[in-house]
Amino acid sequence: MTKQFIRSVLVSLVALVFLGVGYPLLETAVAQFAFPYQANGSLTSYGSMEVGQQWGGTKFFHGRLDPYTPLATGGSNLGPTSKVLEQQTKKAIDMWHRLGVNPTEELVTNSGSGIDPDVSVQSALVQIPMISKARGVPAATLRNLVRRYTIGKEFGFLGESYVNVLQLNVALSKLK
Amino acid sequence: MDAVLQIAVLFVALAVTWRILGAYMADVYSGKSKWLDVLERPIYRLLGVEPKSGQSWKRYGASLLIFSLVSLLITYLILRVQNLLPLNPGHMKAVTPALAFNTAVSFVTNTNWQNYAGEQTMSYFSQMAALAVQQFLSAAVGIAVAIALIRGLSNRGSSTIGNFWVDLIRGVLYILLPISLVATVVFVGQGAVQTLSGAVTVHNALNNVTQTIPRGPVASMEAIKQLGTNGGGFFNANGASPFENPTPLTNLFSIYLLLAIPFSLTYTFGKMVGSIRQGLALLGVMVFFFVIWTGVTIVAEHGANPAVSAAGLHSQSVGNMVGKESRFGVSSSAMYNIASTQTSTGSVDSSMDSYTPIGGMMALSGMMLGEVTPGGIGSGMYTILLFAIVTVFIAGLMVGRTPEYLGKKIQAKEMKLASLGVLIMPMTVLILTGIAMVVPSATGAILNKGPHGFSEILYAFTSQGNNNGSAFAGLSSNNAFYNIVGAIAMWLGRFGVILPSLALAGTLASKGVVPASSGTFKTDSALYGSLLIGVILVVGALTFFPALALGPLAEEFSSGRLF
Repeated sequence: MTKQFIRSVLVSLVALVFLGVGYPLLETAVAQFAFPYQANGSLTSYGSMEVGQQWGGTKFFHGRLDPYTPLATGGSNLGPTSKVLEQQTKKAIDMWHRLGVNPTEELVTNSGSGIDPDVSVQSALVQIPMISKARGVPAATLRNLVRRYTIGKEFGFLGESYVNVLQLNVALSKLK
Repeated sequence: MDAVLQIAVLFVALAVTWRILGAYMADVYSGKSKWLDVLERPIYRLLGVEPKSGQSWKRYGASLLIFSLVSLLITYLILRVQNLLPLNPGHMKAVTPALAFNTAVSFVTNTNWQNYAGEQTMSYFSQMAALAVQQFLSAAVGIAVAIALIRGLSNRGSSTIGNFWVDLIRGVLYILLPISLVATVVFVGQGAVQTLSGAVTVHNALNNVTQTIPRGPVASMEAIKQLGTNGGGFFNANGASPFENPTPLTNLFSIYLLLAIPFSLTYTFGKMVGSIRQGLALLGVMVFFFVIWTGVTIVAEHGANPAVSAAGLHSQSVGNMVGKESRFGVSSSAMYNIASTQTSTGSVDSSMDSYTPIGGMMALSGMMLGEVTPGGIGSGMYTILLFAIVTVFIAGLMVGRTPEYLGKKIQAKEMKLASLGVLIMPMTVLILTGIAMVVPSATGAILNKGPHGFSEILYAFTSQGNNNGSAFAGLSSNNAFYNIVGAIAMWLGRFGVILPSLALAGTLASKGVVPASSGTFKTDSALYGSLLIGVILVVGALTFFPALALGPLAEEFSSGRLF
């Protein structure tokens, strides 16, 4: 018994040093050398491309219904028969109708991360009349913009086609 | 259509590595593979272990238990004093005693139930050196038990079932570490974070938004979290966070990592008992359940969310997007969550609590089958072997003959041990769920009202009793009741199955082999596979149907009523 106990402690110490410290440090070194941009959080002068932001008003594309607080990630966890979810969704639909937009599923729901940086292509397209009116930019120009920044399904079949909202809005702000 | 293609690509990848990885693992555990000899020898010398000497099941089990208790203590201690340790750029405070205890049990038992939000609670050192270390070690313990039981079936007249220390070290060194080293780089290349620098504050002049974004050594943990079917993520959002699971490609890659070892162990089993067809029979059963459960969930999630419909969004052509990420959409999300619940991983890329009643029920019922479809790393293998033995016994009763499995006579002692191993999980889950329903602090933690609230508690104990760690996360389970009772569920669900499995390995190893006769029931046939499917289904359905009727089924048939 004592022998097994001592062995347990020894294995734990070896694991602590090599798996607990050595392995992540080695991976950090490799990551920082090979992919420094990604490894540090895909940071740009506008924020992280991987962390969504709150966009209000009519001049920018909106993202999901998320709180966008990266220090407290996660979904709303509201269940499929929840009255709270119904009321929250109704409020979101009303908000979109006031802005003259017929919303998609993504625009009236929370994501799983609470910081979803993307929306579906359709969710961007339905916002075009609102932005076109607010900015005085022809809808066709905006449709082209959405098309240019569409990230297609990976290898043609993985996930969905979507746009990164931050990337799209930065491009939008630079439109002449 | 894309979903079908995605499943097809996944299965082709798994089929290609099934044989390679399965044969490699057989070589590793039989000592034939020696390419890391240089690293391994000094460790054995340090421990005073003679790698060729076997242990009896009792000594194997005692080593495993003592090692797990020491792991528990060390993990607990690190969490308790993390404020004094290095690599704490977020200035995290010491984890409270009850939460540290629950978390330590959770990671040592390969459960990874998380009553905390990583970005608000854990220092980098705790994530790396306490939690991720256990993600390696508990996974290696799981495979070790599966291998010990396989040795019990293949050894003849032997008093030993292998050496725990050798199995543990070889599992980490030869299998888990090399794959994780490569997988981490894939995650980072796609956009996962891997840094020791602390959180960063950014400002966007376009919308006047200022954000503080937590970072950390995420990708290195992500790799072993998935490969070791652990599931405990760096961030609260787990695999939904773009920093953990940035793209649809990493999503599919994660699913592959979850399934690779549990499926391949059936080849290892076949190779070690001298008949690949025996392994194929078990693989067939696992795949049967996995494909049906995945298919039903994908279809269910493409349906409308009742509460969103009631709010006035009548055309939901995309499906139930509540709690799902835009980049994954419905199909990829459902695949990930089912793969993770059916492997006892419990990582999520979308909120399980917000799935449709049927979608949520598939995750729940898959766990209730005992995590054998294909189940966790190692644990899926040893649990399905318990079911396999129960099945030959039932078949033996039908034809009135002493049952055998792989030439080993299955007698009263073996049946008692197998039944104990199969029944401990349902007993733990149902009794603890029952207790929780009458404890105010347990029911007070419910977020969603109505039948869904009951599902939250049932899901919590099913998940912990199966060492899964997935959650209907609306349940605010960081309180004394869930921290303590949950830890009991995780401990029983882990060692309550491991000890009977090792005892079974011991008694089987000591037996000789009965030569097959014309009356021997073939256990590599489709007939046997169907019987095994039947036994798994009947045991699961008989024990859990009433509970499912009160939760997800009641919710599904509430015909539009909201709570």
